[in-house]
Amino acid sequence: MRKFFAPLLVLAILLMVVAPVLIAEAPYEATMGLIQKIFYFHVPSAMMMMLSVFICGIWSIIFLLKKRPAADHVAVTAGELAVVFGLFVLVTGPLWARIAWGVWWTWDVRLTSYFLLWMIFVGYLLVRKYGGPGSDKLSAAMAIFGMANVPFVYVSVDIWRTMHPKTTVVTTLGEGMAIPFWFCVFAFLVVYSLVFVSRLRLEEQRARVEQLFLEASDI
Amino acid sequence: MKMLSSFCRCVWVSGVAVALMLMTTATAWAQQVPPEGGLEGFVPANSLPPAQRMPAAPLLIAAYAFIWVALLVYLWFIWRRLGRVETELRQMEGQLRK
Amino acid sequence: MFARVVLLVMRKDLTIEVRSREILYTTLFFAVSCVLVFAFAFVREGEPLGDAAAGILWIAIAFAGTLALGRAFERERHAETLRALMLAPAARPAIYVGKLLGILALLFATELIIVPLVALLFAAPFFSRPLLLAGLLVSGTIGFAAVGTLFAAMLVRARSRDVLLPVLLYPITIPVIIAGVRGTAALVQPVVDPAIIVMLISLLVAFDVVFLTLSLWTFEPLMTE
Repeated sequence: MRKFFAPLLVLAILLMVVAPVLIAEAPYEATMGLIQKIFYFHVPSAMMMMLSVFICGIWSIIFLLKKRPAADHVAVTAGELAVVFGLFVLVTGPLWARIAWGVWWTWDVRLTSYFLLWMIFVGYLLVRKYGGPGSDKLSAAMAIFGMANVPFVYVSVDIWRTMHPKTTVVTTLGEGMAIPFWFCVFAFLVVYSLVFVSRLRLEEQRARVEQLFLEASDI
Repeated sequence: MKMLSSFCRCVWVSGVAVALMLMTTATAWAQQVPPEGGLEGFVPANSLPPAQRMPAAPLLIAAYAFIWVALLVYLWFIWRRLGRVETELRQMEGQLRK
Repeated sequence: MFARVVLLVMRKDLTIEVRSREILYTTLFFAVSCVLVFAFAFVREGEPLGDAAAGILWIAIAFAGTLALGRAFERERHAETLRALMLAPAARPAIYVGKLLGILALLFATELIIVPLVALLFAAPFFSRPLLLAGLLVSGTIGFAAVGTLFAAMLVRARSRDVLLPVLLYPITIPVIIAGVRGTAALVQPVVDPAIIVMLISLLVAFDVVFLTLSLWTFEPLMTE
């Protein structure tokens, strides 16, 4: 893991420095203008959150079935990252909405369901921290139910008439917008892996300390 | 060790405070109406061009800055905790070997 | 065998409840107090606010449901009977379904009182389409209780279960409550559009299927020590 760390860090910094330049050169959107450029960070953050939710859910299932602590470490890491990247979405979203819609927040289906999903993972972390013994299983169940909520969040914009842009905008981007966008997605993926690797290592080392502590108290 | 951790906490709290202040000033700045020249009379318009409703640039910069700062703070936070846990690990391993 | 265990667990819960009527009375009292509190917030100069009745109804159901769930499992914990149930040579999913049916019976009994009460106090025409209303209530309550039973059972052993049950339960079941509120609000409009309500009921049924499957499937690994 340590071998990948330094190249990953350099690559992440490089990508995150180049990304704003590419975004600045991307064409303006016809009706929204400058503010539409929040999209290049907003949507990749949302993608990373969804990725975390799925990682957290799937590794929670593995943990429940196989009872392997390693799976639990992955799930905790992904759960925390879901909250962090979800926060990015929830912060950049209102900044965009203030210009595009004229309000910071509206109780639109997409916004509400996304906020709920985020709340589920905040709850996941709360249960982790304050649940006491057995909280690992409790939170695993919560992650699985959270993952079951994702399709609802994802399709909500397409089913209901909401103000939020549909998910199809990503696939219909013109070339000038598509290249910076997918570049940003890639940059976020690299940054995500960097944070993921660091957080996972922390979780593993923490578990080792606990293990050693138990062994020491047995002697 | 204790002093160090309280120092780190101070840095962390002040970092959050500065970030919050930056965000509030950015929004306050964003809400300022652009100054207009000395007009003879007001001409009513049904709708403003979107660019004039509120300057978008500060909000855009605030959004990117937030992600950058938050990511760095989060990473730094993880690395600091990792450092502490690894020191503890080494200490415990040393003690167990004795 | 499966059905027999389900029936036995349910009958056990209902027998205890019929003898003491503790949960039913306290839950009902709590739900009525909820409605009263909301009456202060949402009635201005004698006129209830537009769609408030739908929201009040579902919030009362959700709050009362949380109380009932907590109590139903607190009783099991008190006498260590849940452990005994788990030790019994019975399929775990059957135990889950039995507990779920017991809770559902309680919640439906509570709803029988609250729904007419809210309709009466807030002048809401809930009963203009009784079948649609029943569809919303049944599918919504099943969704709420399915997740609630699973989490309440898991929390029996946790230290801070009273706080954690709402923390776990509300974010996950809010989609159910939103769909319920939207459906009921559509029901009390001057012109009822059955298509929307049927769509919401089918959404609730989809939730029920997903939540029930997941609960049945995770109950076994979650309840083994």
